[in-house]
Amino acid sequence: MTSLLNALPGAVAQGLIWGIMAIGVYITYRILDIADLTVDGSMGTGGAVCIMLMLSGQNVWVAMGGALVAGMAAGFVTGFFNTFMGIPAILAGILTQIGLYSVNLKTMGKANQAINVDKYDLLVSLRFIKGVALYKNTIFVVAVAIILLIVILYWFFGTELGCSLRATGCNDHMARAQGINTDFNRVLGLMLSNGLVALAGALLSQYQGFADVNMGRGAIVIGLAAVIIGEAVFGKIFHNFGLCLLAVALGSIIYYLVLQLIIWMGIDTDLLKLLQALVVAIFLAVPTWKNRYLTKGRKGD
Amino acid sequence: MLELRKICKTFNAGTVNEKRALQNLSLTLNDEDFVTVIGGNGAGKSTLLNAIAGVWPIDEGTIRIDGQDITNLPEYRRAAFLGRVFQDPMTGTAATMGIEENLALALRRGHVRSLVPGIRNHERKLYQDMLKRLGLGLENRLTSKVGLLSGGQRQALTLLMSTLQKPKLLLLDEHTAALDPKTARKVLDLTQEMVEEQKLTTLMITHNMKDAIQMGNRLIMMHEGNIIYDVSGEEKKNLTVDDLLRKFEEASGEEFANDRMMLAK
Repeated sequence: MTSLLNALPGAVAQGLIWGIMAIGVYITYRILDIADLTVDGSMGTGGAVCIMLMLSGQNVWVAMGGALVAGMAAGFVTGFFNTFMGIPAILAGILTQIGLYSVNLKTMGKANQAINVDKYDLLVSLRFIKGVALYKNTIFVVAVAIILLIVILYWFFGTELGCSLRATGCNDHMARAQGINTDFNRVLGLMLSNGLVALAGALLSQYQGFADVNMGRGAIVIGLAAVIIGEAVFGKIFHNFGLCLLAVALGSIIYYLVLQLIIWMGIDTDLLKLLQALVVAIFLAVPTWKNRYLTKGRKGD
Repeated sequence: MLELRKICKTFNAGTVNEKRALQNLSLTLNDEDFVTVIGGNGAGKSTLLNAIAGVWPIDEGTIRIDGQDITNLPEYRRAAFLGRVFQDPMTGTAATMGIEENLALALRRGHVRSLVPGIRNHERKLYQDMLKRLGLGLENRLTSKVGLLSGGQRQALTLLMSTLQKPKLLLLDEHTAALDPKTARKVLDLTQEMVEEQKLTTLMITHNMKDAIQMGNRLIMMHEGNIIYDVSGEEKKNLTVDDLLRKFEEASGEEFANDRMMLAK
């Protein structure tokens, strides 16, 4: 039991960092209505760029800024594939993701780059969970970052441009008929989303003390899980857009808490990805099942 | 106003499914013309409207609005000149957004969308007044999601949105075809009212020949991607449905045996 309790703060910290990533996924999956698989690559890009910039002597803010820009560039490439080259969004994301594997490898020079928390001034770390001043505590730092992020996104999606982006995802015929450049908006949304994902990758690599080419593998599934859990748990009470984003971050924390619980219960961790995939698949099926089996008057359909 | 010169559009060119949807079609509209468009299925009516709206590029010909060549402008840029209402009530509005948000999007048609607030307080009063005129009780539901509205309400809202920024040309693509007769009547009355009040130049496709005769000042009939009959003024007013059927047979050499057309009689 104590081992579980000891593991909880770490789970919350990881959940929060992945919460930023999940908010990025929310932008593409829920607002733009695209399942963007670029994130599996851009997560690692964020980590790689951040760690390499820090190792080369840049301070942590410059390094995170670099990660953000690199992530946005990745989003731009997917958007370019999708709009200018007419490749379906899912395939465009997969292509970018595969390409990014090489980019990440070349950025780091090898598959894995470590950073020493004692030698570099990191923003977050495994070591900053217990026994440090509040302002240095990783949970506190990332929580503040998420609140700031939600405030900014809430503002942005209320602007003329932000509204036009929402309209693009909801109904692009209508959007174009109202003079909205849907291609531009799609690229912009993908850049925004992957920028956030790369930022989460930068934080995660600092937190765990290394960047790895495989750190983004399956990220989309974790992001989707967080979005879905957040909506399932808080959907009935949170209607405001800002609160919906908060629900996604909370969903991510719940995901990591449950994960800790499963590990503590002694389940074979080799099976985790399989479990994760099945759980997300079932949750994604819920809307369809509701329509098919619970809607009255459509029996035998 | 609108000037189409010899426009051509072929779908699936070079395949067995090749469809020459528009064939050397020319049409000139004068300011404040209200033109009804009729024709059988596959005559090219919707293709004509989509060509003007820029849904896809045309193969040949030029399209001008008020002298400006818009042939190569993308759809979203042409929207600055055009108001559009579609056949499917789901197409014209954003379902997951509020009524006021949809109207706010429409109010900004033709303007650069920047980082200023997407909707301002003083607009809400304007929207409320305009919605009240629709007589559908929407004026007190400004923040309701459009997805909760009925097809007729959504179509009326789309119509309002298409005219919120006065368009140079209003394109109505069978916008009442998916509605029940009573709602269809109401939306048509509303259309008439808005067109007259704002003196809009309008192209309206309809399958109802009576409406085609009664509404507007000019009527065109299409067949196989071209205009086979174009009538206006007194001559149009005196038309009957039988005249139109006969005209069709004369011009096309075929019997006008389209079920929907016959029913609309």
